Amino acid sequence: MIVELGHFALILALMVAVVQATLPMWGAHVGDQRLMALAGPAAGLQLLLIGASFAALTWAFVVSDFSLAVVVSNSHTLKPMLYKVSGVWGNHEGSLLLWVLILAIYGAAVAAFGGGLPVRLKARVLAVQGLIGVAFMAFLLITSNPFWRLAMPPLDGEDLNPLLQDPGLAFHPPFLYLGYVGLSMAFSFAVAALIEGRVDAAWGRWVRPWTLAAWIFLTIGIALGSWWAYYELGWGGFWFWDPVENASFMPWLLAAALLHSSIVVEKRESLKAWTILLAIMAFGFSLIGTFIVRSGVITSVHAFANDPERGIFILMILGFFTGGALMLFAARAGVMEARGIFAMVSRESALVANNILLSVAAFVVFIGTIWPLVGQMLLGRDLSVGEPFFNAAFTPFMVALALILPVGAMLAWKRGSIGRSVRGLLPVLVLAVALGCLAFALQSGQSALGPIGLALGAWVVFGALADLWARTGREDVGARLSRLTRLPRADWGKATAHLGLGVTIFAVAAMHSWKVEDIRVVQVGETFPLGAYEVRLDKVEDVEGPNYTSTMGTMTVTKGGALVAVLNPEKRIYPVAGMPTTEAAIDFGFTRDLYLVLGDKQKGGGWAVRSYIEPFANWLWGGALLMAFGGVLSLSDRRYRVAAGARRAAVGVPAE
Amino acid sequence: MRGLRAWWGGTPPYVVALFLMVTPVWAVQPDEMLADPALEARARAISHDIRCPVCQGETIDDSNAPIARDLRIIIRERLVAGDTDAEVVDYIVARYGEGVLFNPPAKGVNLVLWLAGPALLLAGVAVAVTAGRRRMAPEVSLTAEEEARLKEILKE
Repeated sequence: MIVELGHFALILALMVAVVQATLPMWGAHVGDQRLMALAGPAAGLQLLLIGASFAALTWAFVVSDFSLAVVVSNSHTLKPMLYKVSGVWGNHEGSLLLWVLILAIYGAAVAAFGGGLPVRLKARVLAVQGLIGVAFMAFLLITSNPFWRLAMPPLDGEDLNPLLQDPGLAFHPPFLYLGYVGLSMAFSFAVAALIEGRVDAAWGRWVRPWTLAAWIFLTIGIALGSWWAYYELGWGGFWFWDPVENASFMPWLLAAALLHSSIVVEKRESLKAWTILLAIMAFGFSLIGTFIVRSGVITSVHAFANDPERGIFILMILGFFTGGALMLFAARAGVMEARGIFAMVSRESALVANNILLSVAAFVVFIGTIWPLVGQMLLGRDLSVGEPFFNAAFTPFMVALALILPVGAMLAWKRGSIGRSVRGLLPVLVLAVALGCLAFALQSGQSALGPIGLALGAWVVFGALADLWARTGREDVGARLSRLTRLPRADWGKATAHLGLGVTIFAVAAMHSWKVEDIRVVQVGETFPLGAYEVRLDKVEDVEGPNYTSTMGTMTVTKGGALVAVLNPEKRIYPVAGMPTTEAAIDFGFTRDLYLVLGDKQKGGGWAVRSYIEPFANWLWGGALLMAFGGVLSLSDRRYRVAAGARRAAVGVPAE
Repeated sequence: MRGLRAWWGGTPPYVVALFLMVTPVWAVQPDEMLADPALEARARAISHDIRCPVCQGETIDDSNAPIARDLRIIIRERLVAGDTDAEVVDYIVARYGEGVLFNPPAKGVNLVLWLAGPALLLAGVAVAVTAGRRRMAPEVSLTAEEEARLKEILKE
């Protein structure tokens, strides 16, 4: 009964979304206040209904209701409760329900916190949100209904893919979706502004927090996914340039570009048309991502069970929204003339350069991702594109971005001087080059990638700190320190996020160039060297888990006789899903991770063992967290708290 | 990569099984490895760029499919026989098709792939510079107004 109520609530939500998409839009057109005022309550009601629907599906998973097809194929009575709940979105149908739930949350947030928005703009924004809701709920109900009952319910389920039974992955999809769907807000604001024919500084101020929130969630989601791949897949990599990873990376790059260009709109009333276009493209790439993941046209190691009918439906949604918005853009972009003018050398120009580099980088990822499809469809050739291409074709743009970042961040608005910026950064430049040379001297004869990455990372990190310091004026140190604490949160956010990027750049280069790998057969009781460490395989035994059986090794790591860690790498078998998994054992450290993987038992006795030293692995996730935290700091800046709605200044931080 | 029509026409049963291939990544086995570290390093470098023919998105270095193991052994045999890296790659492409190359060579139609990024960068810079020039053009004739604004800004 609860399941039917959930199903019914979803259908009602679709009806409400139809109302939300049409009447307020018409009201805004003819100037009918009552129709426009309908948008807010409709958004609230929609959240209520979809929330109820989602709760019903969660209930079905919690009590293991095996009369539901999705529960049967994704759950099992013996599964731990956390994974019963995360199983709700660990499948296609449930994850789409989460998608529309998040869409409804954003819509309701605009309705609740958008008190400061002009009535007409608010009505139009909510109407566009409603339209997106209509499309996705129709998709959900027609092709992927999670509430489908089985006539003959089985006694037990088929279990969730064991790879997904992991805390890191339990929270990875919700964060990614918060990001993807958050970009729909920027899209709705862009389309509403196009219909309105007006973009001004206030618009930039309204759209930026939503983009920022979406970008923060995407950053965390991508970092979680990459961390999961690192410790769960068991070969020590963290990024594979897989189509599904790229699908989340492209919107991230475009969102990063968008949140920089919207600064220019907000502060200088320039780059308006470009910002609108970017907002459309960013959400367009979120939809392309959904299409890639859900259709299966582009093969990926992720390979969610997917089907072509769904692919065509998503392609239609993609075509309608992106195509429609772009047509609207072509018709109306001329209306938005720029107010602020700026010189070739200025903060604005630096942000334009940032936007060009980020967009081109996203485009390179895009063309690399669809190239196999192009080869297949247009050329009739079997082509593959993988890591070597992306490393070679994508990295230069990121290097260029990192090089110009500290200089650009310190340029004055409107008209700056590169000479002055560079002069302020001279100590940073010397420090970065010195660190790079030091690393090169120490590592003796390895590739130059590590030292270059270190120099580049240091340039960005210390450049961000120099920028922050430069904002404190020219008085004595005491006065500058006290002013440092009073700088706006946006300044701190900018410095923190840029610092995080520098840390990430360094960590990526370090993990690429200083990784140590060892593959060998080890007898029980044998000791082998790994870098500066010694590793001993003490024993291998069988252990019973709650819903798996495990072959667990015990390995002792020492350094110069002193104990470093005792680690237990495992090989698990989940009998219900019939799947083996590798559980790497990792000793997390500040400058390195020790990463041990237990392999198969060898015919001649002993076990295959893979061991890695992963240098600065924690810095990678640390850098991503710093970026996200910088975003949070910016989001909490006073001007957004005030702008988010005068009536609710205290709680005005949207989407938390 | 299977034909698009096959995907469109219905989900092949192996799609569901694909997850299996990702899982117990057991890639390079100790018994495959060569004693000579220089040759082994070359073999690893080559196998990083070769796609496993049956497992969609994985390199033969990462994959535990039997054919990936065969390919890894073939690479090592060719290296021991004295082939250069390029000869080894050609040998594999001749037998398994260009689809195994994760790093499509920058020639023929693949030039489009390689040059798309740089071309878009040039186009973007050109558009930005032209737009910038146009934006700056009126400023010359509006110096007085500019100065007034400057004063206003300085006052703030």
